[in-house]
Amino acid sequence: MKRIEALNDFVIKFANVNGSGSASANELFAKAILRMGVPVSPRNIFPSNIQGLPTWYEVRVSEAGYLGRRGGIDMMVAMNPQTWDADVAELEPGGYLFYDSTRPLPPSKFRPDITVIGMPLTEICNAVYTDPRQRQLFKNIVYVGALSVLLEIEPEVIEKLFGEQYKGKEKLLASNVQALHLGRDFAKEHLDAPLGIRVKRADKVGDQIFVDGNAAAALGCVYGGATVAAWYPITPSSSVAEAFQKYCGKFRVDPATGQHHYAIVQAEDEIASIGMVVGAGWNGARAFTATSGPGVSLMTEFIGLAYFAEIPVTIINVQRGGPSTGMPTRTQQADIIACAYASHGDTKHVLLFPEDPHECFEHAACALDLADRLQTPVFVMTDLDIGMNQRMCRPFAWDDSRSYDRGKVMTAAELEAGKDFGRYKDVDGDGIPWRTLPGTHPTKGSYFTRGTTRDPYARYSERGPDYIYNVERLLKKFATAATLVPQPVLRPASRKTPLGVIYFGSTSPAMQEALDVLPESGIHLDALRLRAFPFPESVKQFIASHERVFIVEQNRDAQMHNLIVNELDIDPGKLTRVLHYDGTPITARFITAAITKHVTLSMMPRGKTAQAQEVQP
Amino acid sequence: MTYIAKPRLHHPTLETNKVGYTRRDYEGKISTLCAGCGHDSISAAIIQACWELDIEPHRVAKLSGIGCSSKTPDYFLGASHGFNTVHGRMPSVLTGANLANRDLLYLGVSGDGDSASIGLGQFAHAMRRGVRMAYIVENNGVYGLTKGQFSATADSGSKSKKGVINSDSPVDLVAMALQLGATYVGRSFSGNKAQLVPLIKGAITHGGAAFIDVISPCVAFNNHPGSTKSYDYVREHNEAVSRIDFITEREEITAVAQPGEVVDVRQHDGSLLRLRSLHADYDATNRYTAMAYMQEHQARGEIVTGLLYVDPLATDLHTALNTSAKPLNELDVPQLCPGAPALDKLNASLR
Repeated sequence: MKRIEALNDFVIKFANVNGSGSASANELFAKAILRMGVPVSPRNIFPSNIQGLPTWYEVRVSEAGYLGRRGGIDMMVAMNPQTWDADVAELEPGGYLFYDSTRPLPPSKFRPDITVIGMPLTEICNAVYTDPRQRQLFKNIVYVGALSVLLEIEPEVIEKLFGEQYKGKEKLLASNVQALHLGRDFAKEHLDAPLGIRVKRADKVGDQIFVDGNAAAALGCVYGGATVAAWYPITPSSSVAEAFQKYCGKFRVDPATGQHHYAIVQAEDEIASIGMVVGAGWNGARAFTATSGPGVSLMTEFIGLAYFAEIPVTIINVQRGGPSTGMPTRTQQADIIACAYASHGDTKHVLLFPEDPHECFEHAACALDLADRLQTPVFVMTDLDIGMNQRMCRPFAWDDSRSYDRGKVMTAAELEAGKDFGRYKDVDGDGIPWRTLPGTHPTKGSYFTRGTTRDPYARYSERGPDYIYNVERLLKKFATAATLVPQPVLRPASRKTPLGVIYFGSTSPAMQEALDVLPESGIHLDALRLRAFPFPESVKQFIASHERVFIVEQNRDAQMHNLIVNELDIDPGKLTRVLHYDGTPITARFITAAITKHVTLSMMPRGKTAQAQEVQP
Repeated sequence: MTYIAKPRLHHPTLETNKVGYTRRDYEGKISTLCAGCGHDSISAAIIQACWELDIEPHRVAKLSGIGCSSKTPDYFLGASHGFNTVHGRMPSVLTGANLANRDLLYLGVSGDGDSASIGLGQFAHAMRRGVRMAYIVENNGVYGLTKGQFSATADSGSKSKKGVINSDSPVDLVAMALQLGATYVGRSFSGNKAQLVPLIKGAITHGGAAFIDVISPCVAFNNHPGSTKSYDYVREHNEAVSRIDFITEREEITAVAQPGEVVDVRQHDGSLLRLRSLHADYDATNRYTAMAYMQEHQARGEIVTGLLYVDPLATDLHTALNTSAKPLNELDVPQLCPGAPALDKLNASLR
């Protein structure tokens, strides 16, 4: 049997039981490798339940810096008897299986093409600890200790992490270090170490940080000046509001008075949460809500009102598997159409697509600016994969000379000076009208906000020309938005090619890897990463300048493809959809296989096969 | 919908209040509601209350949902910003607006369809959160804009204009407000301006969630024999527990005659509610007896009106959230952005 041999390049998966306390031990494992200067990308894979059902934690270790999910498992830490068969089956040939051998298993439970490492974790813990909870919790640390020997992870690094985690809690620190060495000592004495897959200190992390997208988006809202947050708990977005609360507690409490420079309300539902954001936005505060697909569905009436009444609103949509309740704890990019056109009537909304936590921070702050500038709802379209998983990314950056773009808000002095105020009047030719905030002036600038039609002076009107003026101006405003949103990022191929690929959001790391791998098969692609809707002109030009463009996305119905075709009037015949939608994050293997298959098919003589418009590997 | 602006003509002899405004300055556009609509009387009472309170009109934000009642904010306080939101969702929008700027006065205007049906949840949660506002429901027990369907406040057994008998139990918003923790709860009748104006004044100056249910007959669809929300019915069954006077903190407080009949309730802002109890056993500062009293009378077919409950020292959502005294919408980069050095430190902690 040939064992997998790899240094700083493997995938390890932990199969655990929800509620067993494994999450922090697994995270500790990933962070230790990161501290050794080797890039890691962990992913929590968990079902929608509270306790007792299976949960997995998959860590990709990649010195090359690939952070997408690779596919295939090199080592399985199989701690859940419930999922044993599937977990063992998932291993790559030559892989490693680590398990609790306290209760021996028959040979039929193993595979002949893998290396099996048994360690009596329960027996060890039962011998050392008397408290049942301790026995359970320290089992996780004991296996991390054993793995550190098997994979050559430096124990000093783990101990330092313990030191940071249990600062001031010496008793906890000591007991964790003890458990770590319990595992290490056993492994050194009884196991054949190291394995073929190993970790070696490198210098590939640099100044990058390790954070999840939801925390990053929350921090972006703090830096971007959001003062009102209204939310309703929903997976996978809840930690956005929770992190905002945490950061506000740290950064937004007036040291002199102890008073808060923020207000956070956990609303009774998503309708109320967006309603509060609408009210706060109308009254001149920067406000946001965080939600997921089902929440967006409930919010659509208010989103339509905000669009038509022109009120700044920021919505962080951490997408999950849909439709309906769908797959609450799985990832997808499937709310694109629902958000782009949310609400009845002719509506169009600004969408931003961050690729990683760094951009979650950037785009959240940017969304608050754009919402104020454009006086309209702005969605930050993240997903569970970016939102809930810690990811290595560029450090957050902030330019202290940056001020907030509060948009066109007419002041009392301007009104006093006789500046003409017509709430829905396009005075600057960019489609964006001026607004006043309630309470501005005793006699000038007040108006009535409503969801019904109006004339440029906000007076109720059902006259056709008034309606047309208004909705055409909204279109003009949307065209202005295309010049203000984050522009696409072009990654040209190393040589001239007729093939292009468009991708966005959390697909990014897998795509970057695929773009490195595909040239090995002679496939070169110019790549365009979308960062926002409305699409700037450059997207149309990119498609026009290639014979074929792949659009890679994580939904069944090719929503981005459809949005591009619809909004840019593109011939769909030029586009090929690469779709991944089983709820797991897309992999480089999937993208590479799909594109290779298409290119191979299209090279066959005409008539042998139809031009494939959608490919599945 | 017709749109009629009111001519801005002021008679030179019109009386001005302490902030220099005449009553006309508190008016809005000409109402497009039916002649005789109770809602117009409520608008008139709001105008009167704001004028008497010496409120600068532009310091009021008036918000509503959808329906006949929700159209009315267009008909008063023309110099105030107004917001006609979506059906039943005024409370959440008002909550957000209030969070953004605590310095304004918030007037939430709603109807029985708006608050007791689609918006029942939002009504309930605004009450329990203690959002500082005067929440006025113009309650006619019927859907006027869609021509006569029963609303959720229509009494069981009452008859529609088409002769249909309502078999559903009514939602009593006053009982709900009391139960949910509103700190100022009153009920009145649009035809009783003497009672309504001071009740609105008290609500506007109250420090927490103030709720007034105003029975406001719909002349087009619910003012016929068999209706329990008609002018005649309400006049015949009105059981007023109190008459209140409202005295601002600036006015001298005079001695009170007839001890035992009058209770002065000083609110947190110093203003005084002078409660003239019409019933010796009625205590408007006890939430639980108020609930029992109201329900006992309701069982007898009587509509209890007046100030039913007040917690004069009530606080609001801002107090609960410990929000800064300076309105959140006035804070800028120095108060909001932790800056690059803090971010560098945070970056370091994430490695």
